[in-house]
Amino acid sequence: MTRVLVIEDDPAVRRGVSLGLRHRGHETLLVSTGEEGLAELVASAPEIVLLDLMLPGMSGLETCRRIRAFSQVPIVILSARDDDVDVVVGLEAGADDYVIKPASSEVIEARMRAVLRRTGRPSSPDLARGTYGDLLVDRVALRVLKHGEQLALAPTELKLLLFLSAAPEQTFSRQQLLEQVWEHSFHGDYRLVDACVMRLRAKIEDDPRNPRYIQTVRGFGYRFGPL
Amino acid sequence: MIRPRLARGLRAQLVLVFLLVSVISALTAATVTFRQGRTAIVERAQADALQELRAHLTSRAPDLPADPGEADLRTLALQLDRAGTRGWRTALSYRDGPLVTAGAQAPPLPGRLRAQAASATTALAQRFHHDRTPWLAVALPVTSAARPDGPAPLVVYASFSLASQEQDVGTLAAAARAGALPVALASIIPALLAARRLLRPVRRLRSAAERMAAGGLDTRVTVTGDDELADLGRTFNAMAARVQADAATLRDMEARARRFAADVSHELRTPLAAMTAVTDVLDADAASGRLAPLTAEALRLVSGETRKLTHLVEDLIEVSRFDAGAAVLTLDEVDVGELVVKTLALRHWSGRVRTDLPPGLRARLDPRRVDVILANLVGNALRHGGTAVLVRVRAGDDRIAITVSDDGPGIPAGLLPHVFDRFTKADAARTRTEGSGLGLAIALENARLHGGTLTAANAPDGGAVLTLTLPRDPGTED
Repeated sequence: MTRVLVIEDDPAVRRGVSLGLRHRGHETLLVSTGEEGLAELVASAPEIVLLDLMLPGMSGLETCRRIRAFSQVPIVILSARDDDVDVVVGLEAGADDYVIKPASSEVIEARMRAVLRRTGRPSSPDLARGTYGDLLVDRVALRVLKHGEQLALAPTELKLLLFLSAAPEQTFSRQQLLEQVWEHSFHGDYRLVDACVMRLRAKIEDDPRNPRYIQTVRGFGYRFGPL
Repeated sequence: MIRPRLARGLRAQLVLVFLLVSVISALTAATVTFRQGRTAIVERAQADALQELRAHLTSRAPDLPADPGEADLRTLALQLDRAGTRGWRTALSYRDGPLVTAGAQAPPLPGRLRAQAASATTALAQRFHHDRTPWLAVALPVTSAARPDGPAPLVVYASFSLASQEQDVGTLAAAARAGALPVALASIIPALLAARRLLRPVRRLRSAAERMAAGGLDTRVTVTGDDELADLGRTFNAMAARVQADAATLRDMEARARRFAADVSHELRTPLAAMTAVTDVLDADAASGRLAPLTAEALRLVSGETRKLTHLVEDLIEVSRFDAGAAVLTLDEVDVGELVVKTLALRHWSGRVRTDLPPGLRARLDPRRVDVILANLVGNALRHGGTAVLVRVRAGDDRIAITVSDDGPGIPAGLLPHVFDRFTKADAARTRTEGSGLGLAIALENARLHGGTLTAANAPDGGAVLTLTLPRDPGTED
C-alpha cells in the first residue's frame, strides 16, 4: 500500500484517479490546489505525489519547485499532452516522471511503482560503497556525499547516478537509460533523461557547464567519468 | 519569357505608330508647302509677265496705225521682243489673221490658247510643256480706242520658258525633303520617351500581378494621374484588396473550424481522464462474478467504449496538432529492424506478423512517430487482411522503404484514393471497427513530417500493400 498525494483541480479526475488507485489498494490524499498540496505534504508525509500541471492559483510547476525546495519525495506529473513544453519545465523543476492524461489507473500505478523502485535496493549490491573524485556513493544507505556533505537527490537523480557510477566509463544511450532507470518502453521520451542529467549535474558537478562526472558522449549518450 | 517580349512588342508598336504619324504629317506639310509655293511662283511669273506686256503695249500701241499692215505688226513684235526682260518671244494676230512674229520662227503657243484668245476680252494665260521644259504663254487682247466694247482686233501673244521658276520650285522641293526626313527621324526620340512613360505603369502592373500570383496578396501599385492606366491600377488595387480580404476570411474560418475541433477534443479529455482512471475498476468488478450478468455486461460496455472514445479523442488532438503545424520531429539515429521488432513486441503482435529485416540498418528518424505509423499499418493489416501479414524493410542510398502487406481481400478500388482521408473506413456501412478512422491519416502526416511518403496499393495476387518511404537522414534533405 502506498500513500499517494493527488494534487488535481478537476473534481471528477481527482475522484476517478482516487477510485482507481484505492481499488488497487493504495491510500489517497486528495487536494485541489498547490497550496493545499504543500500543506498536506508536510502534514501527512505521503510516499509519492501525483501532480497536475494545470492548477488554479499556484501552478503545477511552481508547486513542483516548492516541493523540491524541501523534499525529495517522488513526483509524477499528470499532464495533458499539449503541455509538452510544461512537461519539460516540470522535469527540469525536479519531477521524476510524467503520465499523459487520460490514463488508466493501471498505467498510473505502473509509473508510480517504477519511480518508487528507484528508492529501493540497487541492482548491484556488491558495490556497496564507492568513492569517485569528491563523491562518496553509498549504495546501501542510498545517499551521496560530496566533500562529506549529503546531497539532496530526488529518487530518479539518485537512481541515474547509481546506475551510471556502477559502470564507470561505460557509455549508455539515452534509450538504454530510459529502459533501465525509468523502466520506459522502447519509444520513451528522451527529454526525461536530458532533464534529469541537467538537474543531477547542477547538484554534483563543480561546474555544470563543464561536467566531470556525468559526461555527454555526443551522438551516443552519457557516461560516468573518466575522472 | 513570353511576357517581356510582349512588352517590347507593345513598345515597338507604339514607336512605329508614332513614327508613321510623324512621317505622314511631315510629308503632308512638305507637300502642301511645296504645292502652294509652286503655285505662288508660277502665278507671280504670270502676273509679272502680263503686267510687263501690258505696259509695253500701252506705250507702243498708240503708234500703230488704225489698220496696221503686216510690217507694222512685225515692227511691234520686234520692239516687244527686245523690250522683254524675261526672254519672251511675241507674236501678234490682227483680226484673226495669221501670227506675225519678229523672227522667222513662231514662238510655241498651245492651240487651245489661240482658240480662246480669239473671242477673249481679258488676258489669258496657259502653262504648257515645250521641249520638256515648262513654258508659259499669255494672250493679251488689245481693243481699239474707237470701239472699246467691241471684239479686240489685235491679240498679242507672248511665251517664255519657266526654267528659272522651275529651278526655284526644285529648290523648294529639296528643302521640303531635307526638312521632312530629319524631323521624322528625330520623332523617334520623343516616341521612345512617350512609349516608356506609357508603358511604365503597364510594367508596374505586370510585376504587381506576378507578385500577387506568387502569393503576395498585400501587393498594391502606386497610382498617379487620372488616365485609363491609372484607372486600371485602381481596379487592380481594389481587386487585390478584395482577394486579400477573402483569403483572410477563408483562413480565419478554417482556423476557427480547426480551433473548434481542437477545443472540443480538449474539453472532452478532462471527463475522459476521470472515466479512464476507473475503467479497470469496472473491468475488475464485471469480471468478479459478484454482479448481476446485465450489470456486468453494461460495465464492460461502458469500459470498452470509454477506451475507444479516449483513443478517438487522442487521435483528434494529434490531428489538430498537425493542422496547427505544431507537430515537431524528435530525430534520433536508430536501428530500423530493432524498431520494427519492438513495435510488434510492445503490441504482442510478434507471433502473428512475419518480418523481413536487413540487419544493422540505421536511420535518423523520430522513433515514436515511426512506431505510430507502423502500429497503424500493421494493426490495419491484421484487422482487415488476414493471417499472412509481412513487414519488409529495404534500404536505398538515401531512403528506406518499409512495406506492410497482407493476404486479405485488398482495398476496394473505389476506396483506394481515399484510404488516407480522415474517417475513411474500409466498409461502406461505416460499421465501427477498433480504429478511430484517423489512424491512416495520422500515419500519413507522420510520414510527411519526416519528408517521406506513404502509399497504398493492391498486390497483383490480392492483398493490400502499404509502402512507407523515409529519408535516411531528414536533416540533409531540404
